[in-house]
Amino acid sequence: MSLASYPLVSDWISLNDGRLTVRTGKVDIGQRITTALVQIAHEELTVPFDEIEVETLRTDCGLNEGMTSGSNSLEQSGHALRCATATLRVWLASRAASLHGGKAEDWQISGGDLHLPATNHKISVVDLMGTAVCDVKVDPDAQPRVLEDTSAPKPAMRGLRDMVQGQFAYIYDLDVPGLQHARLVRPPHAYASLVEIPKTARQKLDVAGLKLIQDGSFIAVLGPQEWPVVKVAERLAALCVWDEGGGLPETDVFAHLVAKNAQSFRVIDGKPTEEPLPDAVDAPDFSACFERPYQLHGSMAPSAAMAIWQDDVLTIHSQSQGIYILRDSIVDSLGLDPEQVDITHVHGAGCYGHTGADDASFDAALIAMARPSEPILLKWTRAQEHAWEPFAPAMAVNVAAKTASGQINVYAADVFSDTHGGRPRMGANRAGPARLLSNRYRADPVGAYVPVPAMGKQAGIHRNLEPVYNFPDTRLTKNLVKGLPHRTSALRCLGGAANIFALESFMDELAEREGIDAFALRRGYLTDARCLAVLDELERQVLDLPENDGRGIAYAQYKNSMTRVGICVDIDVSDLAEILLKRVTIVADAGRVIDVDGVTAQLEGGVVQAASWALYEQVQWDRDGIISRDWDSYPVIRFDNIPKFNVTVLHQPSEKSVGAGEASPGPTIAAIANAIFDATGIRMRRMPFTTEAIRETALNA
Amino acid sequence: MTIKLRINGEERQVTSEADTPLVYVLRDELKLKGTKLGCGLEQCGACAVMVDGEVVLSCVSPVEIFAGQEITTIEGISATETGRRVQDAFVEETAAQCGFCTAGMVVATTALLGRNPNPDRDETVAALTPHICRCGSHPRVLSAVQKAKLA
Repeated sequence: MSLASYPLVSDWISLNDGRLTVRTGKVDIGQRITTALVQIAHEELTVPFDEIEVETLRTDCGLNEGMTSGSNSLEQSGHALRCATATLRVWLASRAASLHGGKAEDWQISGGDLHLPATNHKISVVDLMGTAVCDVKVDPDAQPRVLEDTSAPKPAMRGLRDMVQGQFAYIYDLDVPGLQHARLVRPPHAYASLVEIPKTARQKLDVAGLKLIQDGSFIAVLGPQEWPVVKVAERLAALCVWDEGGGLPETDVFAHLVAKNAQSFRVIDGKPTEEPLPDAVDAPDFSACFERPYQLHGSMAPSAAMAIWQDDVLTIHSQSQGIYILRDSIVDSLGLDPEQVDITHVHGAGCYGHTGADDASFDAALIAMARPSEPILLKWTRAQEHAWEPFAPAMAVNVAAKTASGQINVYAADVFSDTHGGRPRMGANRAGPARLLSNRYRADPVGAYVPVPAMGKQAGIHRNLEPVYNFPDTRLTKNLVKGLPHRTSALRCLGGAANIFALESFMDELAEREGIDAFALRRGYLTDARCLAVLDELERQVLDLPENDGRGIAYAQYKNSMTRVGICVDIDVSDLAEILLKRVTIVADAGRVIDVDGVTAQLEGGVVQAASWALYEQVQWDRDGIISRDWDSYPVIRFDNIPKFNVTVLHQPSEKSVGAGEASPGPTIAAIANAIFDATGIRMRRMPFTTEAIRETALNA
Repeated sequence: MTIKLRINGEERQVTSEADTPLVYVLRDELKLKGTKLGCGLEQCGACAVMVDGEVVLSCVSPVEIFAGQEITTIEGISATETGRRVQDAFVEETAAQCGFCTAGMVVATTALLGRNPNPDRDETVAALTPHICRCGSHPRVLSAVQKAKLA
């Protein structure tokens, strides 16, 4: 899709002010995509790393490659850039030959120069590109350069030096003359609305020299200094009179995740179909339900955006992972023309999916429209991010199986969840505006988005529902559940986290019950040599490791087509039933690896985040609103429970590069549950595996 | 009203209201934006600065209580040999992903090595536990601390 839309070499790489500049429609969200892209350009053109720039993405002149999500950046943008730079290399050689003689194929490239052996002819890549625009089409079959030395130095992560010096600019740090800081006053919960802002409260704002913006229940406070705005917005929230309706529904979410509340589809080959639902497993030998609560992205920084409405143009700076779909939804929401909205991407703190970033961009836009020519920097508060970001949906996966003497004859999995598709994509019934939070609260509101089932292969709820194992009879059902209390959207791995947790726990339970080795059981249903190589290497690595209280393994291939990961977790369990992560061994196959340190960092980071989901995280609420509004009421993993890591990335130079950012979390959750069982005999089937939950499960066993 | 602060070795006069938490004075008035605001509740560590050599989370305590004390922000960390060594170690170990929590951790590590040049793992973990990272850069950060102390 990337090359189809942008077929020319110059779409991907060109000179900009005399600097070699890579263009991409993907954005860096801490996953190091720009570092990998610079590495690709360097490998093909040999220009030093620090002489290659990456263009900032903007909607008015950038590449529209859709979302930066699904671990697709390297496969899409990276592949396109690889082909473009390889095509460019061939073009440069023929250009050099036409200018200086010799045969194109004799010109060699190294150190950022082309030279003709046995002559003094030498010209730099940059100078040669300056002689003409390379407007040839990208050759999708262009041969990548063969690297003589794969141990050559790799580029440092882009921006890293600035980060450790406090000089890296994030969206929260933007500053321009006349900047107005803004904070929102949100209702106590999603179902409440404003009755009135008392006169005394308005007077307090006037006295403090602050401005109030109001559009229905959408309320913002702004002023030139940040702290007074923060302080007054908080006081105003307490003074406003709200209609709380019936309160926030206190639904028992797990009791609601059942077929009668759902639209159900049989999943075949990883894709939902209109086929009749599969028969239930008759008298199953195994049946269990695996559950995940609502969880947060919990970005370190509350969402923010900058916007200004000037000369009939709305200019927005946003940390969104998808600035094009965001632009379209803002255009629709505000009744503007597409040319009137221009969004530039700016770095934010790690997001791991769809946070409040898009919503905050729209919030900043609403405020900016009400205050023409004033630059507005809007930030959510920590409590607002915790309470109002779109959560990862609660999920349940019912597994049933028919087994005989250690053989799995029938495997059935029914997955239940709300949507993972909360991003503001345009669609029927104004689906774009309906997925921008504040539209619900304006005087002329757009009702909350009503999810439609994602029918794509390996899409949200049914991602990794299909086992990677070749069972003789597999019966899979995806259930999109309606009527749940919270707004939800995409968090790293989408449904894959819960589906892999279920499958890999089942494999462990079966191995345990039948007395079969956990590696051997899995191998019995795998034929793919690369899967087997990952498992073999993992087994070899953990064979001689010292023993802790418990050990669990798990295996998965993300979307059954991307990075393959085997994980072994070693834990101790304290007398208080705290799970202490001691050691994590990872073996992965991500195809041809561009930035091995980047892949390793993504695998490790995925394990740490998933360990946090598995052990600590759950959104909590009652009638009055979300209770988990800070890092004490919503605890996450900290340095006091970080295991030692041993990561092996198998070398596959002739295979396609695939993303690794979402490969490790799913198997991590299962490996931890399996290790807990190994240590205690207690099978944890609902996340998080807190001390209290483990004790309760033990008491009820 | 003005308050006199010593920040990164320089005297600074600030006019923010006395109850303003230090982080807003640093970022908003003095334009020292390396110190990050993550929670405003002293729960995440992003806003760590050093005050007279000790780590202080700057997002709650009002600026007035820091008058006369020696404040070091991330922008001033490289003024010391220890600070530079910590920064180099974070770069060498790629001890960051999105980097938002990094400045606070560099400050905390510099303060740790200032009071004990050779901390063991437990002491390192204790010093860093107030700092949240959501990307999972923790193992790299622990390696960076190890490297900075051995150098």
